[in-house]
Amino acid sequence: MSILVLAEHHDGALAGATAHVVAAAKAIGGDIDVLVAGEGVAAIAEAAAKLDGVNRVRVADNAAYAHQLAEPMSALINELAGDYSHVLAAASTTGKNVLPRVAALRDVAQISEIIAVESPDTFKRPIYAGNAIATVQSDDALKVITVRTTGFDACPDRGSEGGSAGVEAVDFVADNSQSTFIKEELAQSDRPELGAAKVVISGGRGMGNGDNFKLLEGIADKLGAAVGASRAAVDAGFVPNDMQVGQTGKIVAPELYIAVGISGAIQHLAGMKDSKVIVAINKDEEAPIFQVADYGLVADLFEALPELEQKL
Amino acid sequence: MKVLVAVKRVIDYNVKIRVKPDHSDVDLTNVKMAMNPFCEIAVEEAVRLKEKGVASEVVAVTVGPKAAQEQLRTALALGADRAIHVESDERVESLGAAKALAKLVEEEQPGLVILGKQAIDTDNNQTGQMLAALTGLPQGTFASEVVISGDGADGKLQVTREIDGGLQTVELSLPAIVTTDLRLNEPRYAKLPDIMKAKKKPLDVKSPADLGVEVATRTKLLRVEPPAERQGGIKVGSVDELVDKLKNEAKVIS
Repeated sequence: MSILVLAEHHDGALAGATAHVVAAAKAIGGDIDVLVAGEGVAAIAEAAAKLDGVNRVRVADNAAYAHQLAEPMSALINELAGDYSHVLAAASTTGKNVLPRVAALRDVAQISEIIAVESPDTFKRPIYAGNAIATVQSDDALKVITVRTTGFDACPDRGSEGGSAGVEAVDFVADNSQSTFIKEELAQSDRPELGAAKVVISGGRGMGNGDNFKLLEGIADKLGAAVGASRAAVDAGFVPNDMQVGQTGKIVAPELYIAVGISGAIQHLAGMKDSKVIVAINKDEEAPIFQVADYGLVADLFEALPELEQKL
Repeated sequence: MKVLVAVKRVIDYNVKIRVKPDHSDVDLTNVKMAMNPFCEIAVEEAVRLKEKGVASEVVAVTVGPKAAQEQLRTALALGADRAIHVESDERVESLGAAKALAKLVEEEQPGLVILGKQAIDTDNNQTGQMLAALTGLPQGTFASEVVISGDGADGKLQVTREIDGGLQTVELSLPAIVTTDLRLNEPRYAKLPDIMKAKKKPLDVKSPADLGVEVATRTKLLRVEPPAERQGGIKVGSVDELVDKLKNEAKVIS
C-alpha cells in the first residue's frame, strides 16, 4: 500500500494539521508520500520532509496551485492518484473543498472526517453531529479520506539528527480557466490557532456583545488559550465566524475547554465534546452544557470572569 | 438563467437521535423529518435570485425515498417553480446522488446549481464538490455571499467562501456549482396560501434507471454506536473552588 497525504499550509508555513494526517496514514500502514502544492513552497516541502514516517515529498510548485483552488488541485491529485491506494487530507476547509472532487474524478466514494482507523479499508467516523459513531468499510480500489485532526495525535518531527525524506518535483501543471482567486480577508490573531490550542475559552450569546469578549481575552492570555464562540455569538455579530466552534464551525479537542454563557446546543457540543476537561460557566443551572461539563459553575459571568482572571 | 437547487430530507435538527439496539443504524422510525437546514438556505438563495430577476426559473430536485416529496413541496411553497424527484429507496451516498444530479444538470442545462454544504445526518460535505467534478464545472463551496454578473458564456460569479482563517473570494465562470454556508442568508418560512399553491405545482418523478445512473452505495455501514458517554461532572460553588479543581484535581492548568 502507498498513501498520498495532501499537505496543509498557510502563509508560507506547514500547518500543524499535516502531522495529524501523517499519523492517520501511519495507522493505515504503507509508504507515505506527502504532496505539497502551491506557489513558492520549497520551505514547506522541507518541513514536511522532516515529519517522522514520510517516505517522499512531492512538490508541485506553480502559480496554478497558489491559493489551492479546488479545480487545479483536484486535477493535480487525480493525475498522481494512480500510484496510490489511499489519498488523505485534513478535514479542513481546503481538504473538504478539494478531496470530494478528486473522489468523483476517480469514481470512488469519499470517507469524510475519520476519527479512527480499524484496518486499511475500515474506518470510524462521527455522524449526526457526533451523536453516533459509524464504522464504514470501502471496497473501492482507491480510498479517498479526510481526517479529523483531533482524532489522531500529531506524528513527531525527526529532529535534527533524524534526516529527512527525499523531495521530488512534480511537473504536471493543471490548466484552469474556470476559477480565479480574487482576495482573502483573514482574521488577525496573536493567540494559538483554535484547532491546535491546548486550552480554549469560548463565549456564547450570554456574553451580551462583542466588547465583553475582552473578558475572555484576559483569561485566554493567562492560560495561553485560543478564544472561540458559539454560533449564537457569531450570528449576533459579536465575533467573526472563523471563531465558531461546532458542527458547522471548527471541531476542537483541547485539554481544557471553558464554555462561558453557552447553553450547549447539540450543534455546539459536536464541536467540543471530545475535550479532555470541560468547564461551564452559566447562570442558568438547567443549561444542557452542565450535562457534559466536568466542572460547572452556576454564576453570572460578568462577576465570575474578572474573578477568574484575577485568581489565575 | 435557470437555477437548480438540491434538497435532502433528513432528521429534524432538534431531534435527539437514538442508535438502534442491534447497532445497524440510527433509528428513524416515527422521528420528525425536515428539509436539511443548509438546503433551506440554498432554496432561499435561489428564490432571492429569482426575485432579483437574475434567475428565470427555480427547479428543486431531490434524490431519495417517496416521502422526500414532502421536502420538494416545501421548496415549491418557498418559491421554487417546479420539482424533480429521483426516487430511490436504497441508502444513497454522496457519489450516487451526485451522479443523478449530474444527469439532471445535463438535461436541464441550468446556469447555476445550489446545494447545501453538508447534510446534518451523514455530515459528509461531498455532494456539491462531486457534482462539480462530474459535470466539469467550477465550484464555490461554503458560500457566505454570491454575486452574479452577466449570463450565458460570458457570465461570472463571485463567491465569498468561509475558510478556516476567515473569508476568501473567488470568481467562477458560469455555469457553476455553489454550496451554501450558514451565513449566506436567513431562510423564510412558507406561508399557508403558498403551501396550498405548491400542491398544484409540477413535480416530476424519475427513477435512477430513467437517468441511466447507479445510485447504490459503494461503502458498507458495518456498525453504528453511540459515542462514549462523558462521566458526570460536579458543580462547584465558587471561582476559588473551580481554580483549585483545575489545578489540583484535573491538573489542566498550573
